Amino acid sequence: MKKTRDPFWWTFFSAGGTLSALCLPVLLLLFGLAIPLGWVEAPGYEALRARIASLPARLFLFVLITFSLLHWAHRFRFTLYDGLQLKHLETLILAFCYGGALAGSLLAGILLWQL
Amino acid sequence: MSHRPRYRRYQPRLYQRRMPIFWWVHRAAHIRFITRELTSVFVAFGALELLFLVRALGQGPAAYAAFLAWLQTPVALILNAVTVLMLLFHSLTWFNLAPRALVLHAGGRRIPDAAVRGLNYAAWVVVSAGLAGLLLAT
Amino acid sequence: MTEETITLEIFRYRPEREEAPAFQAYEVPCRKDWVILDALNYIKDELDGSLSFRWSCRMGVCGSCGMMVNGTPVLTCGAFLSSYRPGPIRVEPLANFPVVRDLVILMTDFMEKLNRVHPWLIRHEEQPVSAGEYLQTPAQLAEYKPYSMCINCLLCYAACPVYGLEPTFIGPAAIALAQRYNLDSRDEGFRQRTDVLSQDDGIWECTFVGECSTVCPKGVDPAGAIQRYKLTAAVAWWKHFLLPWQRGT
Repeated sequence: MKKTRDPFWWTFFSAGGTLSALCLPVLLLLFGLAIPLGWVEAPGYEALRARIASLPARLFLFVLITFSLLHWAHRFRFTLYDGLQLKHLETLILAFCYGGALAGSLLAGILLWQL
Repeated sequence: MSHRPRYRRYQPRLYQRRMPIFWWVHRAAHIRFITRELTSVFVAFGALELLFLVRALGQGPAAYAAFLAWLQTPVALILNAVTVLMLLFHSLTWFNLAPRALVLHAGGRRIPDAAVRGLNYAAWVVVSAGLAGLLLAT
Repeated sequence: MTEETITLEIFRYRPEREEAPAFQAYEVPCRKDWVILDALNYIKDELDGSLSFRWSCRMGVCGSCGMMVNGTPVLTCGAFLSSYRPGPIRVEPLANFPVVRDLVILMTDFMEKLNRVHPWLIRHEEQPVSAGEYLQTPAQLAEYKPYSMCINCLLCYAACPVYGLEPTFIGPAAIALAQRYNLDSRDEGFRQRTDVLSQDDGIWECTFVGECSTVCPKGVDPAGAIQRYKLTAAVAWWKHFLLPWQRGT
């Protein structure tokens, strides 16, 4: 029986799980609820752009977005296998999950590079 | 017509059971499990929203204002409220299960699970406060 | 005064008589100190001698009387009738295994898998007897002791949806027992076991549902053992990948 590539993907799954658990709730709470509902004032364009365009911030965002997407890819793949019993569509699911995550990471790289 | 071989003495004729497709709706623990797994969808959604924020910032003040205006639409608000709840569930389950996978030692002794969990929660508070401070500082 | 009774709905499968299984109800005395196994023995002795089930020690050590009680895998020798009042109590053979007859399951699959993870101490070279014992500190013993409590009762397999969906999955108890030896300071078989367990049907199949640990009557935590194994195996994989010149050491 062949060896799997699962240790590779699992590493990103768990790193992404930790990073997203630490960082995403506060970011989404701010941008998804606190700012639009007026609980706090939205940061001004120039100030926010300057802060996010710094190299450490860009690197951080790239890692956070990439790892979060890979976390989704790995976990969602098994949810499809177990939750809907779709293991027979394995090739399609692998392409959709990891392919989707990698496409999103590429997009993140381009957008953050151009900032 | 049944093609199952007929019973022969001392020859087992096994009865096989099969799991139903929606096996996870019958038990609270399984519903919690499937919910926990589905938080990953919201992790990806959150990451994509950040990506759209980055894109808006790259396109200029008008795009940024339009993005902020989109965040105020009811659809975005409902979506983000659900996302925040699911992300909290993700963080809580992730940190609570962490000590089961991450066994740490200090001075030849195993660090108790509660301490590993506590370290995770402490890191969560520090990172959240730090990120909020960085974004909102004027 | 008449004695209080409780109804047991028991899964019956008699392959020589019927194609499909059916439930049969029996009314038994609901005595304060009786467990479900006592009720099954009462049925066999007094009501219906044709009922088949496995049991041996009656004290939660042999691990042979595991059954599904109201959908949850338990050792029937430790499940008191009174805690299921007023009933009825539904008793079925352990889930995820083929049924031989009534409450008896076929466990051949587990026996084969258990053997595959080499659940014994592996040494590159045996120390001669004259060199004395392999010494171990209390801290080293504590590392693997919880995993050594497994009694192979298979409740964890019956609770594991991944095993139910994917019967090739090596499964909770076998992996926990692999960890029991991996974490033993006298053992040197990590690589051999990991070769087996890093294949498609090994540790990476597990999605940490966690029910195996919930139902374990011995507090073994197979789910934790598997996640721990994943972390160790992932580190070993990256080492192998990034530091190829260290291979074979």
